Amino acid sequence: PVVPSGLLLCCRPAAVKPRAAMQHYRFLLILLPCVCLPRPTLLREQHYQYLKKGLRHLSDSYECLDASRPWLCYWILHSLELLEEPIPAAVASDVCQFLARCQSPTGGFAGGPGQHAHLAPTYAAVNALCIIGTEEAYNVIDREKLLDFLWSVKQPDGSFVMHVGGEVDVRSAYCAASVASLTNILTPKLFEDTPSWILRCQNWEGGLGGVPGLEAHGGYTFCGTAALVILGKEHMLDLKALLRWVVSRQMRFEGGFQGRCNKLVDGCYSFWQAGLLPLLHRAFFKEGESQLSRQRWMFEQQALQEYILLCCQNPAGGLLDKPGKSRDFYHTCYCLSGLSIAQHFGNVDLHHELILGKEENRLAPTHPVYNICPEKVAQALQHFHQLPVPEADQRHGASSWVGPATGFRVQMFNGG
Amino acid sequence: MFYRDRKEWADLEPVPQDDGPNPVVKIAYSEKFSDVYDYFRALLKKDERSDRAFALTAEAIELNAANYTVWHYRRVLLQALQKDLREEMRYITDIIEEQPKNYQVWHHRRMVVEWLNDPSEELEFIADILSQDAKNYHAWQHRQWVIQEYKLWDNELEFVEKLLEEDVRNNSVWNQRHFVISHTTGYSSPAILDREVQYCLNQIRKAPHNESAWNYLKGILQDRGMSSHPGLLEQVLELKETHCSPYLLAFLVDCYEDALENNNQKETLNRALEVCEYLAQEKDTIRKEYWLFLQRSLESRFECIDVLLCQGISPLLKSDIKNGV
Repeated sequence: PVVPSGLLLCCRPAAVKPRAAMQHYRFLLILLPCVCLPRPTLLREQHYQYLKKGLRHLSDSYECLDASRPWLCYWILHSLELLEEPIPAAVASDVCQFLARCQSPTGGFAGGPGQHAHLAPTYAAVNALCIIGTEEAYNVIDREKLLDFLWSVKQPDGSFVMHVGGEVDVRSAYCAASVASLTNILTPKLFEDTPSWILRCQNWEGGLGGVPGLEAHGGYTFCGTAALVILGKEHMLDLKALLRWVVSRQMRFEGGFQGRCNKLVDGCYSFWQAGLLPLLHRAFFKEGESQLSRQRWMFEQQALQEYILLCCQNPAGGLLDKPGKSRDFYHTCYCLSGLSIAQHFGNVDLHHELILGKEENRLAPTHPVYNICPEKVAQALQHFHQLPVPEADQRHGASSWVGPATGFRVQMFNGG
Repeated sequence: MFYRDRKEWADLEPVPQDDGPNPVVKIAYSEKFSDVYDYFRALLKKDERSDRAFALTAEAIELNAANYTVWHYRRVLLQALQKDLREEMRYITDIIEEQPKNYQVWHHRRMVVEWLNDPSEELEFIADILSQDAKNYHAWQHRQWVIQEYKLWDNELEFVEKLLEEDVRNNSVWNQRHFVISHTTGYSSPAILDREVQYCLNQIRKAPHNESAWNYLKGILQDRGMSSHPGLLEQVLELKETHCSPYLLAFLVDCYEDALENNNQKETLNRALEVCEYLAQEKDTIRKEYWLFLQRSLESRFECIDVLLCQGISPLLKSDIKNGV
């Protein structure tokens, strides 16, 4: 079979390998009108301009994300850190001050100034502040109030609602575990029964649904698995079934990942799905698995890079779901995050790179649990672990009730 | 007409958004958006509980249905003003039809149904949403909640069968099938298990490359043991001739692995390793890394005792050698 010379793989140590599956090539040849496939190029400068502008100004088409502005901060800052573009100190400080205005007086962060606290923008705000990583950034977070907020959304069955009076699903456990671990406010009591609730989300397919009983889905599977990794309980999952499920989500023709069985590919699953493989690799390693590769994740890294670079880039900057869709900052963040995962194997001790196309396509590595750069994770942990774990004042949580004199505290279901 | 120009609102001072002096991720709101939300913030600040506030929440929702703070406030008003919940059901029905992929609208509907304690419209409504997008995750979530909460199991398997006839590749429906059966009859009885296995094989014969059917087959057998179902391996090997697929081959590996767990035979291991090789190199190359890992894993776990004995090595000692002892 003819191997288009354009698709040469550059990796360390030097070894040029043609694409193994001709079917994958045929897909790309049909998709792209040119006769030979050019070496894929990451459009760094275009993405940088798109991100730089968005960090300041967004068009009215973003009105639908007016309750997710910390997310916009995180998606953009994380994309910039993957591209290894520095954040000017003035901008960083402005982000800190804005996120401070998004912080709720009762703890946690809201989608915008004056809104109610919600676990999703809380996750995004804490991540964004950790990316900035200055003292100013860390000091924005009111850790005592944050702990109060987490208690206020904790449910008796181990799950968390996304906000007071809001819905339950496995994203909440991940958001809570992520912020609690990074800011050192995590106590065993806070996550009592959470692992067993998350486990109930693993279904007959091997992946996890949003709540017990639901169809396995990449986003929810990532959240549940990453939460369990943070809580040190990932071994409680049926890891083999989960592994089989997630590897089966990579599309043989497109190279990217689908979110659910028999659905279409989407660039964002480059992170939610492919990001599971580093987590599983580590989980298997901890279990004593001796047959793990020392060079590759258990997905086709080259094919994913091809999908992202050839199919998910907007020539004017920004990345997207699939050809024909419009760009947005969510897809920019998660396509780049997935590209990073596909380029970098290993951890601090063992690192093997597989960069498709030019060396200039290389992104910074990302931490597969938090999805911010590993140095920023380490720095945040170092900073916050110097501080004492706050004493949880559960009485001030919106939904807790102190029982009789024995001090037994009962969390009431917060149905709004 | 903007709220700032309405006489009936003149008593209320609008509250502009406090983005600070050097905003980031600043959205270029339309005049209408700013106007409505400036007044929403004013109402929230006052904690005003009035009909005009209630009406404004609808406008705020139309401008951004994902604003969970507005929805929360609307629910507070629904209760404080003793609003007609039947009318609210009509409202939320319309909103969901317009924006079926939003978390807040479905959560709001759930709250209203709970307050009314009336699920009677739900199954039909959800069926309508699913007729427009048969995989809407929120819709399926709401459906499972209603069925479980109000014990509406009776006709759900029929609903599942109808949808599978329309699209046998709809994985959400296969999931619903599992949901219904596991919460009603369960899979323990041989009659049910057999019925389900037969159902799968029939669907596979009709559409051999339908991953959902193969996943379901494995899903219902894995806890009991893939090789426990009599004659299944033989049926699958027969299908291999005319209805082969990477899913069939993967299923074979799973059958062999299960057989090995009960009875470690060299021949079974060799077959398993061969299929892994075939998948890795030819039939499912996108998953090459995985199939090679599985191959190494099986080889390591089920390394045959008689091979070791031939080498004159005690199996126990061999693992010590491997581990560098």
